[in-house]
Formats: sequence, C-alpha cells, structure tokens
Amino acid sequence: MNKTWLIIQREYSSRVKNKRFLILTFLTPLLIVGLIAASIYFSVSGVEYRKIAVIDPNGYIKTSLKNTNQINFSFPTNIDTSNYIQKGYTDILILPQFEKGKKSDYILRSQKSMGLMLQESISSRINSAIEDQMLQDAGIQQNILDSIHKASQVAELKAYEDKGSSSKESNAGLAMGIGYASGLLIYMTMFIYGAMVMRGVMEEKTNRIAEVIISSVKPFELMMGKIIGIGAVGLTQFLLWIILIIGLTSAAAGFLPSDIQSQVETLQQNNGQMAGGMMQANESAQRIYDFQHTMATANWPLIIFCFIFYFLGGYLFYAALFAAVGSTVNEDPQDAQSLMFPITMPLIFSYIITNMVTQNPNTPIAFWASMIPFSSPMVMMARVAYGVPSAVTYWELALSMLCLVAGFIFTTWLSGRIYRTGILLYGKKVTWKIMFKWAFKKA
Amino acid sequence: MGLYLKYKFLTMDALLSLQNLKKYYATQKAVDDISFDIERGSIFGLLGPNGAGKTTLLRMITGIFYPDSGNILLEGTAFNPMLDVEKIGYMPEERGMYKKMKIGEQAIYLAQLKGMSKAEATEKIKYWFKKFEMESWWNKKVEDLSKGMSQKLQFVITVLHEPKLIILDEPFSGLDPLNANLIKDEIYALAKKGSTIIFSTHRMEQVEEICDHIVLVNLGKKILDGSVAGIKQQFKENNFSIEIKAGSSISSNAIFTVINDTDAKYLIKINEGYTVNNVLQHIIEQKIELIGFNEVLPSLNEIFIKLVEGTHAGARAFQNI
Repeated sequence: MNKTWLIIQREYSSRVKNKRFLILTFLTPLLIVGLIAASIYFSVSGVEYRKIAVIDPNGYIKTSLKNTNQINFSFPTNIDTSNYIQKGYTDILILPQFEKGKKSDYILRSQKSMGLMLQESISSRINSAIEDQMLQDAGIQQNILDSIHKASQVAELKAYEDKGSSSKESNAGLAMGIGYASGLLIYMTMFIYGAMVMRGVMEEKTNRIAEVIISSVKPFELMMGKIIGIGAVGLTQFLLWIILIIGLTSAAAGFLPSDIQSQVETLQQNNGQMAGGMMQANESAQRIYDFQHTMATANWPLIIFCFIFYFLGGYLFYAALFAAVGSTVNEDPQDAQSLMFPITMPLIFSYIITNMVTQNPNTPIAFWASMIPFSSPMVMMARVAYGVPSAVTYWELALSMLCLVAGFIFTTWLSGRIYRTGILLYGKKVTWKIMFKWAFKKA
Repeated sequence: MGLYLKYKFLTMDALLSLQNLKKYYATQKAVDDISFDIERGSIFGLLGPNGAGKTTLLRMITGIFYPDSGNILLEGTAFNPMLDVEKIGYMPEERGMYKKMKIGEQAIYLAQLKGMSKAEATEKIKYWFKKFEMESWWNKKVEDLSKGMSQKLQFVITVLHEPKLIILDEPFSGLDPLNANLIKDEIYALAKKGSTIIFSTHRMEQVEEICDHIVLVNLGKKILDGSVAGIKQQFKENNFSIEIKAGSSISSNAIFTVINDTDAKYLIKINEGYTVNNVLQHIIEQKIELIGFNEVLPSLNEIFIKLVEGTHAGARAFQNI
C-alpha cells in the first residue's frame, strides 16, 4: 500500500506540475465564462433593426399589428417590390386578401437574408394581429382586448413536485440543462482521463520502465497507482473549475450597477415582488433574480454528490479498461485504435441515450441504462437532475450505485489480469480474444 | 563424485537456490525443471542463446513471474516476492526510464519503491553520482542523455539500495570501453563487499573474464553447471600449441595430429592413448628445438556454440505467454 501511495504521488504530481494541466485548468473556465459573456453581448448589441413596408390590400391588420423594438412595421402607399429599398425599407411584406376559412400565404422579400428568430417573431406578430382582428370582428372591443392581453401576462407556469406533505417548485428546463451538462462533462472526462491512463501505461511499456518497476511492486499496484493518481488529477481539475467559476461569476456580479444590485436584493427579500411603491423592477434585475430563483429549485448537494460519485465510479470503471488496452499495445500506437473500439462504443452509445433521457427521464431504456455500469454514470446523472425521489426513487439510485461499484471492481480485476501479462509482453499483436484468455487463465 | 557433490553442498553458502523450477507457456516449456545454487559473494553467469528461458528465469527470481512449480530459496528460506524485493536489484536487458522526469527525482522515486526513505535515497544517489561523475545530471531529463549515460544511471539505480542479490541482464551493451571498465570494476567491488551478482549475457568473453561460476540454459533446460575453469577442463580436447625454432617442422604422426600451422607455431591434438610426455619425447627424438608448449583450453564461446548449435532456440521468441 505504501508503494501504491508513492506511485499515486508521482502520477499526480508529474501531471499537476505540467504546464499543459495548468493552462487547461485555468483557461477553460475563462473560456466558458468568456463564451457566455460574448454570446450575451452579441445577443444584446448585435440586434438587427428591420424596417418593414407592409402591403395590406384591404387594411385588415393595419390597426392590430404591433411594432417590436427590433421590427418597425409601416404601411406606406405607392410601394412595391422594385422600390422599397430606395424608399428606405429593409423588407417588404405582401399580405393576401384575407378570406374567412381559407388558408393563404403572405410573402416577405428582403435584400438581406433574415434569421430564423426574426422570421418567427414577424410571423407571430402577424398571426396575433389577425387573431386580434378576428376577435374585434366578433364584437370584442379594442379596450377590452387590450386589458385581456395585459391581464393574461401575469400568469406564468410554475410546476411543483409533490413530495408527501410538502411540494417543491420544479423546473424541467433546469433539470434538462443540469442533466445534459453533467452527462456531457462525465462523457468528456471519461475520454480525456481514460485516454490519459492508457497513454501513461503505453509510455511505461514502450519506455521499458515497466519491468524495472514491476521488479519492485506488483503489476496491480502499478496499475492502481496510475488509475488513482490520474483520477485525483481529474478531481483537482473539477475542484479548481468550481472555485474559479464561482469566483468569476461573483466577481462579474460585483460589476453590476448598484441600483440593479439593490433591486435584486429587494426581489430576493420579497419573494419575487417589488416593494410597495415601485411598480416594476428593472428588467436586468428581474432576470438575475429569475436566474437565481430557478437555480435554487435544484437539489444542489445531491447533484454534486451524485456527480462526484458517478464521475469517480465511471472513471474507475473505464480507466481500468483503458489501462488494459494500453498494456497490450506495442510500439505502434495505431494498435490502440482498434482495441479501444469496444470501450469507446458503449461510451458514445451512453451519450446518445443520455441525450434522450434528458428529455424523458422515466422510459424503460432510461431505467436500464441507468443501472448498467457501462452507461449509468452519464444516464443516471441525467435522471437525478429531475429530482430524487420524484424522478428516481432512492432504491433505484442505490441499486445503480451498487451496480457501478460492482462494475468497477470487476473491470479492475479483469484489467489487472490482462495488464499483468500485457505489460511485459513485446512484439505480439494482441486481440480482445487473447486478452480474455489472459484474464481467465490461472496465475 | 557423489561424495564430492555432497561435500560441496554442505560447505557452499548458497544465497539463492533454485529447485526444480518450471514455467510452461501455452506452446512451450520456457523453463523446464531447472535447479542450481548461487554462492554468496560470487559472480554468477547465466548464459544461453536468445529465447533459452533466461529472461523467464530471471523474472521468477525477481518475483515478476510465479513458477508453475518448484522452489526458490533466498538465504535458505522460501522466496517471498512481497518482502524480498528489497534484497534484489534488477537491471533488465530492456532498459527504460521516464523520459520526461528529472534524473535525480527519478532515482529517488525508484529507490523509494525499493523501500528506501527519501533522505537515505538522496544521500546514496549523491554518493554514486559523485563516484560516476554524474553530479551535473541531477536536473537533466533522461531524454537528454546518451545511451551510455542512461546505462550508467540505470546501473546506479540497480545497486543503490545495496541489494544482496544484483541481477544484471547484458549490463555492458551500448557502453564504450571506458565506461564498461568503470562498471566492471564496480561489479568486482560489490562482489568483494559481499553482494552476489547474477550476470546474464551471451557475450562469452565477458563471462570468461568476470564470472566464477556459470550455468548454461538452452530450450528451457540447464545443460551446463560449474566453475569456469572446471567447465573448460571438462570440455578440453587435448589440444596444445607448440612453438619450435624457425627452419624445422613437425607433422602429424601416431602420437598427435597437426590441426593448424602458421610459421613455426603449431596447434596439435594428442591422439587417444598418448600423453604430453609422449609428444615431448617425440620432439626431442626428432632433435627439434622446442620454444613453447602450452595446453589450449576451449573458450566458453566454443563450448557454447558446440552445445547450442543446431537447436534453433532463436526461433523460440516469446509467443503465447
């Protein structure tokens, strides 16, 4: 055990001290925060302003069509597709003669192509204008209609989960996001750290240092030392990322104007409502509050615990297999490619299942995939995000964890036996069939 | 002879005894019932062509492989790979290091794996680095070293923890004569201090020079076991070199056969039933002036080739382990 500890230390410190590790660890959160900031910046500043000329033959929606802050509709006369640009319009919209009960198309012509979001926004404006017009035709007066519109804005869907006596606000969008993000993160880390283990084993074998070390320690100790050491590197990286992201976001929050900060605080104190005098909170403050409020609906301690458990379990499960493959490779790294295939296939397959499960956490395939250790680290994370015990019962979670522990004990045992033979064997092309022969022969 | 063996067994202080070791792979008997003893403080040569089973034998002695059957006794008690690794220093033929790791750190790490404390290891490494004039290497990486330099480093790492048994597999390959001598002198010094050295090679001239005792293995079996001098005696072919005064000559006759002659130097083989004295008598009777007369013992190389030739052991690479 003492010697395994030495190996763990070497594997850990030689990687953590490496410049690449430091760069990757510190640049990744900056990159993520930077990407988010950039996308927010472009969505705010990069808005296109469109001035649309509308040809409405019988003036059907002239009164009901509302402008937005990106789109300005106007109804000029003497305009057609040949002169709208000269007259200063970006687009021209040609409406048909609306007839009751008959479907008809309207045409939008532009010089610059239009984004999907903008197109959808225009079409929804027109449709609601038509709807309004029809309601007015049916005898509802404009002022009543306006008050209905205003009144209907106050309602918002809030889903709650029933948990015995208490119920808790739930948020499917957030669950999907967490499930997807943690599944993706586990998927990526399995590949990154699994490949790191494999390369490490290959390095020791092709460097021929394996034999020197194996004359001092047992092959199993060497393999476990490497797997645990690299796993610790992974955990360190996650920990640094979490600290950095929390640090960066709170630093970013410090840059908010003070009035927005105080409004957010007021919203927090009053459960989403502004205090008496003020009618409406600032839009940014409202968004920040909404974001914080949404994030608070998730069971973070459970999610973080499960994430660490499934990351470690999945890592141990796959890293052992990667180590076994690494031990069989000779000088030619190409050999590794074909041997890795049976390991990467279930990983990719699990990722596909995870994508499905993030939308629907309770199908039979979701259940089984979250029990089988090949896919459970990713799939169970996607399900756990929907809540325990509402989406996943406690016994399901416990069984899945137990299966994963049994799974990595098995793969570690199996790989240990393959590794022991493979690490000292040179000049022979190894197949999975031979590897299984090694695994099950007597010592 | 039986009495002699018994006597020898009783007096020899065996550091390592191999008893009926067997290790079979799927398609071949890598080590097939091999037994021998290695005396404490001796330099022992383990010889054999490629694929004879030497590496498998050494891997069993170092605890890397378990024998299928048979016993390994270290200092009279059963060898326990878990505890006894610290008593062994093994320098495999295929030498390797972590290329990106600093030499000093690497040596400390490998010494710690042999059970030394960090402080103890550092002190010992400094001593050896100074001795081998390697002090300036401490912060270099292995990838910056030449082959000979890394070989020296490997030797230091092998002997650092003062093992009782030092196993060197082809220790001189890739070394220039100067460094080879440096290592050779160290091997003698270590043996003198009481370490036992197993020296595995197929370079026979080195074995003849360095080893006290040898074992020759081929196709997984022991085919020769004894002291270098004893084996040479065993395989002598009654060959002698004769040097006579220029101008005279000798030729084959009933007593001896001339195998080779260059100028006035002859290599003769004494025929069955005659002795050296018969030869000398013959030369004197012929009134030939004798300048030199020596027994020619076969070299280990010749014995090796004679014993191993035609067995095609080279084809027995490590298939189907």
